[in-house]
Amino acid sequence: MEPDNSAIRDGHAVNKWLARHFCINRSDRAANFREWGRIEKRLTLLLVTVFSLFAASLSCAKSIWDFQEPVTPVARDSIAASVDFLRIIMGIYVVVFAVFAYSIFKHRKSSGAQPGTFTKPGTRWQWALAISPFLLLIYIDYIWMGVPAFHAIAQMEDTRAAAEMVVKVTASQWKWQYEYPEENIRFVSTIATTQGQIHNREAKGEHYLQEVDNPLILPTNKKVRILLTSTDVIHSWWVPSFGVKRDAVPGYLREMWVNIEKPGTYRGQCAQLCGDGHAFMPIVVEAVAEPQFKEWLARKKAEGSAAEAAAGKVWSREELMAKGNEIYNGVCIACHQAGGKGVPGAFPALAGSKIVNGPLLDKNGLLIKDGHLDRVMNGKPGTAMQAFKNTLSDVEIAAIVTYERNSFGNRMGDMVQPSQVKALR
Amino acid sequence: MTQAITAVAHDQHEHPPAGIMRWLTTTNHKDLGILYMSFGAIMFFIGGVLIMAVRAELLFPGLQLLSPGMYNQLFTLHALIMVFGAIMPFATGLNNYLIPLMIGAPDMALPRVNNWGFWILPFAALLLLIPFFLQFSGIGSGASGLGWVMHNTSLDLQGGIGVDFAIFAIHLLGLSSISGAINVVVTVLNMRAPGMALMKMPLFVWAWLITAFMLILAMPVFSAAATMLLTDRHFGTHFFDAANGGDPILLQHLIWFFGHPEVYIVLLPVWGLIPHILATFSRKPVYGYRAQVYALWAICFLSFIVWSHHMLTSGLPLAAEVYFMYSTMAISIPTSVLVFCWLGAIWRGAMTFETPMLFALGFVAHFGMGALTGLILPDVAVNAQYHNSYVIVSHFHYTFFGGGIFGMLAALYYWLPKFTGRMFDEKLGRLHFWLTVISFNMTFIPQWFAGLDGMPRHIADYALRFSTMNFISSVGAFLLGLSQLLLVYIVFKCVRSGPKATGQVWEGAQGLEFTLPSPPPYHTFETPPAVK
Repeated sequence: MEPDNSAIRDGHAVNKWLARHFCINRSDRAANFREWGRIEKRLTLLLVTVFSLFAASLSCAKSIWDFQEPVTPVARDSIAASVDFLRIIMGIYVVVFAVFAYSIFKHRKSSGAQPGTFTKPGTRWQWALAISPFLLLIYIDYIWMGVPAFHAIAQMEDTRAAAEMVVKVTASQWKWQYEYPEENIRFVSTIATTQGQIHNREAKGEHYLQEVDNPLILPTNKKVRILLTSTDVIHSWWVPSFGVKRDAVPGYLREMWVNIEKPGTYRGQCAQLCGDGHAFMPIVVEAVAEPQFKEWLARKKAEGSAAEAAAGKVWSREELMAKGNEIYNGVCIACHQAGGKGVPGAFPALAGSKIVNGPLLDKNGLLIKDGHLDRVMNGKPGTAMQAFKNTLSDVEIAAIVTYERNSFGNRMGDMVQPSQVKALR
Repeated sequence: MTQAITAVAHDQHEHPPAGIMRWLTTTNHKDLGILYMSFGAIMFFIGGVLIMAVRAELLFPGLQLLSPGMYNQLFTLHALIMVFGAIMPFATGLNNYLIPLMIGAPDMALPRVNNWGFWILPFAALLLLIPFFLQFSGIGSGASGLGWVMHNTSLDLQGGIGVDFAIFAIHLLGLSSISGAINVVVTVLNMRAPGMALMKMPLFVWAWLITAFMLILAMPVFSAAATMLLTDRHFGTHFFDAANGGDPILLQHLIWFFGHPEVYIVLLPVWGLIPHILATFSRKPVYGYRAQVYALWAICFLSFIVWSHHMLTSGLPLAAEVYFMYSTMAISIPTSVLVFCWLGAIWRGAMTFETPMLFALGFVAHFGMGALTGLILPDVAVNAQYHNSYVIVSHFHYTFFGGGIFGMLAALYYWLPKFTGRMFDEKLGRLHFWLTVISFNMTFIPQWFAGLDGMPRHIADYALRFSTMNFISSVGAFLLGLSQLLLVYIVFKCVRSGPKATGQVWEGAQGLEFTLPSPPPYHTFETPPAVK
């Protein structure tokens, strides 16, 4: 198609060239500017506001507009890639829409523009202009960002090489169990924010919804391989400062790694919709220097042997009830609710429950199928009631069963000893 | 003799039955088009009301209005209703009304299938909504709360009868979509006026033809996945149940094998209609026709080979992660062909800025943001930070609302005078546009930053660091909801008392539909027009 030559006027060579190849007529720009309408002014204003908001946000690195502070190599890489990529796309957006805006202001009927009739690029220059964005895009996609992206994935997926320790994370509705297989330590981590704060009866604390009873303790400057699985539905373990997020899939092991470079407390939460308690499944990681980590391991192990010893002794009812109350409020309350009321249609009530008020053991001292102790130890397959023998100690199971049988209006009067639980495992 | 018969038949059909029977029994493509579009509009407002409740809950941290279970139901219903109840039926309504007019056909090829396809929809919508209302009378545990892609469905852990109702609704919606899609393919391939070669068809028809093929390929996968889920839940199969050797991730693969094409099923009709509007108000022919047709086919193809970029944190093997990253990036190339052609469409035109043109340009600006943010997401290492955070929520609303809904509104304003024979109030239309633009950005820009800061999606309550962004976003959402009410008034006023529209409607409008009076007679092109 022949380019529209009407725009060529006497004047600067650049003007001629622009007019010839891109139908841009610079000589009557002033006239056009005078004819801007009300709407167009508002349009400009809006576009400028949006652009400057975005631009401002991108230029203030390390502000609230950014990712949380990166403390692992993977997190540092991904924040750098993200900021680079955001700058590139904002650049593309500004350039492309500057051309749009130019056309919108310039090529309007009210300023006497005559419509062109071209339907494709006409000159060699126009073809070059039409092709160049795609070459640039291919370069951005597969070289500029594509090559570093490949290296970042390779780094992120390299979970095994030179891993110095392993932590296993097991997700359940709505808590995390952390396990240090080499040290034989495991514990459950649940939300510590009170129901009062969630339901606006108490003032909200600083770390509202991002605080737990037992944080995961990790050493700094050590490559930690994290194995993930789940006992019920899919969950996702995400701490923004670590730059990693990976799904915990029931029946499968997934893995990732972190190497925390700076001591501190890092907070995150479950990132995969996993039911009613999805918003209340926080993750808190405390990264400490190696000596403190060793100390903590030793203390935790001592607690473990104390628990082992405790399982052997005979507990009084008061001791079991006190311990049971504590465990109930940490482990069971999310589903069975305060006062054992449950959630109608979703989680059964414990108050007045047939199972809780049923017999404890059969006459041979063995578990009764679907009895109270069986349900707590082995769970109910296909429901959120998991097999707690995998996560709780003998003392804890004995305490919780005793507590449930003698609280919420249940008056069974009997109790379970940790030694019994140990024998029934 | 032949002429006499034609005349008699013509007479009988010229007067459809009066009152409600006309709408129940109609097989006329224009009536069905109106029905589809009205249904889409009603569902748009129902889906909107649901999300207003969600945003009200998120106005402040803490649980104020909703229980978490109710919250999950509301956003799940919002998504299902907006995608399957509002956007897709509205696009189907447009194709029903416009395709026969654009290609010079007397009606759709399969009018009874057309009627059936529509009347399935209200029942599917009822199935979706019934369990939601039943819970208030103590029956069942409410509607599905699994999110629209149902990622997490290990047996009965989540969702009671609501999930089963949703599965049956999906079956019905699938039937409706597939029958509508077959109708489009048959009509377009067989009933074009003499002289209208495939490469002369308006781009909207091309886009819908491609969409129809995508629907026929993708919808059955969704229905099959839903059926497998149903048998898992009730008949002891273990496709997705890890405890019995199934694979929960398989469900995600199946759903996203449908779900990613679905994104383009929503967007392709809009990409088809935007060039019409830009060309009309620039008073120029469509720019880069061939390039756009090829780009649409390329996107159709690519959409079927990139699905796992929705599951990059699920633990795919390294090779798969690399493949899905690079293949997803390839989509940016045909997409930018389209953007380039839209620019070509207005370049050196003689533009005026009536409401449809404003919405079309608004579509380009917002869809541009959705598309460009989509360019970053497949970067696997960075995706770990974006995935399932509010960044994603912001991104896909820029494509679905900023792209889909803006495009549909542009189409509605563009063809409304053709449908009703009356003009709408231009001033109110512009006001509607500006209110929508401002409140839309106010809603979704803060969500982007909340996501960058680490806020996961699907949460009923959030940590205090996300408070400011959520407050702004909620206020924006309320404004966005309110300003859509203006649309109802504009359409109502247009139908009741708008000034008469000419057949041409817009000065620069091209195409066979603008050679007819407004509104077009009940039957059109009984003798095919000659197309040069």
